[in-house]
Formats: sequence, C-alpha cells, structure tokens
Amino acid sequence: MRSKPIYIFLFLCISFLIYSFSIYLKPLSVKEDPRFDKKKASEGRLVWQAYNCQSCHQLYSLGGYLGPDLTNIISNPYKGEQFVRTMIKAGVKQMPSFNLADNEMNSLIEFLRSTDASGRADVRQFNVNSLGVIEQNEVK
Amino acid sequence: MKLNKFNIGNLFLITSLCLLALGLSFGLLATLIYIFPEFLKDHLGFVSLRPLHVSLAIFWIILGATGCIYNGLKQHTTEGSTYKIAIVQWILWITSITGIAVSYFIKDFGGREYWEFNPIWAFPIALAWVLFLVNFYSLVKKIKNWPVYIWMWLTGVLFFLFTFTENYLWVFPYFREHFITDMTIQWKVNGSLVGAWNQILYGTAIFLMDRISNTKNTGRSKLAFAMYFLGITNLMFNWGHHIYTLPTEKYIRYFGYAVSMTEWIFLAKIFFDWKKSLNAIQKNYHYFPYRFLMAADIWVLLNLFQAILMSIPAINKFTHGTHVTVAHAMGTTIGINSMILFAACFIFFDYKLDTTSLNGRFLNKVFWLIQGALFLFWLSLNFAGIKKGIWQLSDQQSTYSEMMESLQPYFITFFCAGSLLFIGMCLLVYKLLKFARSNKIITTTIKT
Repeated sequence: MRSKPIYIFLFLCISFLIYSFSIYLKPLSVKEDPRFDKKKASEGRLVWQAYNCQSCHQLYSLGGYLGPDLTNIISNPYKGEQFVRTMIKAGVKQMPSFNLADNEMNSLIEFLRSTDASGRADVRQFNVNSLGVIEQNEVK
Repeated sequence: MKLNKFNIGNLFLITSLCLLALGLSFGLLATLIYIFPEFLKDHLGFVSLRPLHVSLAIFWIILGATGCIYNGLKQHTTEGSTYKIAIVQWILWITSITGIAVSYFIKDFGGREYWEFNPIWAFPIALAWVLFLVNFYSLVKKIKNWPVYIWMWLTGVLFFLFTFTENYLWVFPYFREHFITDMTIQWKVNGSLVGAWNQILYGTAIFLMDRISNTKNTGRSKLAFAMYFLGITNLMFNWGHHIYTLPTEKYIRYFGYAVSMTEWIFLAKIFFDWKKSLNAIQKNYHYFPYRFLMAADIWVLLNLFQAILMSIPAINKFTHGTHVTVAHAMGTTIGINSMILFAACFIFFDYKLDTTSLNGRFLNKVFWLIQGALFLFWLSLNFAGIKKGIWQLSDQQSTYSEMMESLQPYFITFFCAGSLLFIGMCLLVYKLLKFARSNKIITTTIKT
C-alpha cells in the first residue's frame, strides 16, 4: 500500500479533469437559439445574482425555499411577463419591492424567457425510465 | 528572550467558533421570517439574513478545518511551516469575511448561492488558500508513509482550491451565456466543495480517533485507504444527483446516479462496525471529545441513509427542491461537521473534563440539548419537505402561498427547535472560548 495511493490518486484526478473539461467544452457544440438575445439574457443572470433572487427562488428546483420556482413563470398562463414585472415593482409578503432600472428589468425578463425555453421544471412532467433515471416527458 | 507567538491552529479554531456564534444568530433571525413574513422586510430581509447565516456557517467549517490541519500536522512535524505565511493567511480570511459581511449588510451581492457576496471578496479567500497549500506542502513533504488522514487533508485542500476557482467560471460570458452548462457547473462545484471540506473533517475524525485510542492503526489500514478512495470518487463524480431534473447531458445524470449508489458500501461498513463501536462507546462515554465523535457517527448514519435515498431518481423526483434537502444540509453541517469540530476543539485546546465534574455535568446537559434540538429541527424540516413533495406531485395543486401556509406548524417547530439549538451551541461556544481565554491556548511561548 506504501507506494500505491499516489497512483490511484493521480488516476482519479486525471479522470476528474477529463470529465470536467468535457463539460466545459459543451457550449461549443450548442446551437444558438435565434429567439433570444444571449448577451442580454446573460446580463439578466447577473441582475438575478445582484438582487440575490436565488436566496428565495429556485430555477429547476435549485435555490431558495421561501418563494416559488421561477423556471417556467413566463410561460405560465396565469402569470407571465407582466406579472413578473409587477411583482418585482410592488413586492408581496416577505418579498420587498425592488427598484430595478429599465435595462435591468428587461435583461432579467430576457433571462427568465430563455430559462423558460430551456426545459420544464414541473416534476409532474418527469418519468423514471427503465434504468431508473428521470426523463422529461415529451412536451405535447 | 521569550517570544509570544500565536498557536496558528488554535487561532483558526477560535476564530471559527466566533463565526459560528454569529452565523447561528443570523440563522435564528432568518427563521423568524418563516413565521412572521414582514419581519425585517425593509431592512435586512431574508435576502441578507440567509447569506449572512449560510456564509458564516460555511466559514466556521472551513476555518475550523484549517485549524484542525495545522494542529494535526504539528503532531507529526514542526519543521517546514512558515509562521508568517499562516498569519498572512489568517489576515486575508479576516479581511475577506469582514468585507463579505459588510457587503451583505449593504446588499452588495453579485455572487451565486452559498457565495452570494460581491466576487471581489473571493480574491483574498483564494489567495489565503494558496498560502495554506504552500504551508501544507512544506509541512507534509517531510512526513514519510502518510496515514490516510493526511491524504484526506491533501485532497480537501487541493479540491477546495480547484472547485472554489471553478465556482467563478461564470464571470466569463462563454459559460454564463449557456444557461444549462452554467447550472451544471454551478451544482458540480457545490457538490465537490462540500466533498472537499468533508475530506478534511473526516480525516480529522480519523486523526482524533487515533489519538483518543492512542494507536496508529485506524489511519493506516488497507480498509481506511479503500474507503478514502471511494470517498474521493464520490467527491469527484457523484454530484450529478443534484441535477436530475436539469436538461443537461444524460450521461451526467446516469454517472451521478451510478457513483452515488456506491455510498451503500459506506452504510454497510457502518453497520458492520456497529458492534465494535458499542464496546468503544461504553469505554469512552464520559470523555467529551469521544462523545462528540460518537454523535457525529450517528448523524453520519442518518444523513448518509437520507442522502442515498435522495440520490435514487424515483425518490429524488419527490424530494428535489423541498425542505428535505435543507434537512440534509443542516443535518450534515451541524450533525456531522460541527460535532467533529467540537471534538477537535476539546482535544486541541486540551480541555480535559469529566462528565461527573460540575462543569462536566453542565456540558453534559448542553450536549444532550444540542442533540435533542437538532433531531427535532431535522425532523420538522423533513416533514415540511415531505408535505411539499406531496404538493408538487399533486394534480390538484393549491397555490404556492397556500402550500407554504399549510407548512406553518412545521416551521413553528423548526423555529422552536432552532432556538434551543441556538442556545445549546452558543453555551458550548461560550464555554470553549472561556476556557481558551483563561488557559491562553492561543499563544505559545518560544525561547529564542
């Protein structure tokens, strides 16, 4: 065992680096969606972080637990873009009102629009496949 | 000539205890918002209180882990460590933590979950960690035939630096403009960062066990090394279980699931060792450090079982995004990480007391208060999570607000248990700090 740990350790580290870089290179093979301004959406992500929205809200059920998941808020027939704009300005219960500049608000909306188009976060739309892994149902 | 120098390990441990007391205070205030939604809404609010609580709790663990490594390595060698580097490392941490706390108070955010502060404060942390790595390497290179805990410390130190840097890849538009990849990396980082500090703390637990039992067997057995390699495999590759619902590449989810299931081996080992542990528990029950390590073991059992269940996609679908995840996070950071750190404080401060002495009897009550309150706290979060899980899979969903209203009884229990936990942990921190002050364990007198 005296000399072996270093070899196993190095093998695992190299595997980890290969795995990590395979993920880092993914954006190169992703086709751009012409419906969204990706620069504006990425600025919107910064607005999301600047106002610490993640402390209460989730995206794909990842984030805070005080407010609802906002992944598909834009396409929600009972909510939508105008609802989001109003909630941000007016606040509700625990949520204070936020005084966002117009460009910040527009970027944030673009971020939420593009997030919405990336997939569905409602777990009722997921099935467990024969290998035991979660798969999203085809959107009808 | 006599020169008073700081005992670096204890300096980090004492700093971490102060951060814990602060983190607990902000946590208690944040919990109140679940019951009184308008509480501090227009002042600090949940947006500031949550990161204040979470970041300070994380810093308690990281600085405590740093203190454990410095103290632990001192048992092996005193050569090689650079005192000035360690002091600069500590100053960088204090600068960064002060800046982070101020940035939260003035709502200057900009970071991501768990690291919500303005990214500028990540620089002193990264620099402090590079200095730590330099000091760590200069110490361990003199040690031959490393026991497993030194391997675990090395893994923790290296991987913390790697994943902490990876945590800021989002500053490059290349990553940030691809939301799904960006989210994948974010949760890869969060999983591996926790794995990194767990390596340091589990390594510390093995070190402490070796010291308590006065043997050097635990850290050198083949089984210990096998478990270590299984542990780092999980650190590196099991994080996919955080993102089963994210539409990322399928292989990430399959791989995360497959690797996570190897954790059954850890669970089997705990059951296999149970009988042996019982004899040791009877023998060392009245010794406080052992008591805290024993508590950590029980919390490992509960949280590991929960983690394995949550890693099974069919169950994850039900628990994902619910308070079951919070219960797991609280159970591991308080039940496992904090208990190991408390045990380490008792040993490294050389705080010897028996449960039969007056002080011992008091701390005995505090110990059981912490365990009882934490169990109730953990249960209330799990029940709230299960109820939310039922709601999110229900066809006839009520509104989010109505669902949260229905969780009020669990949140009230969570607040009451949290208050008791706050009292218990603050009393323990107070006792440890009082002992540290009266026995001057923070300084070492050196003859020159």
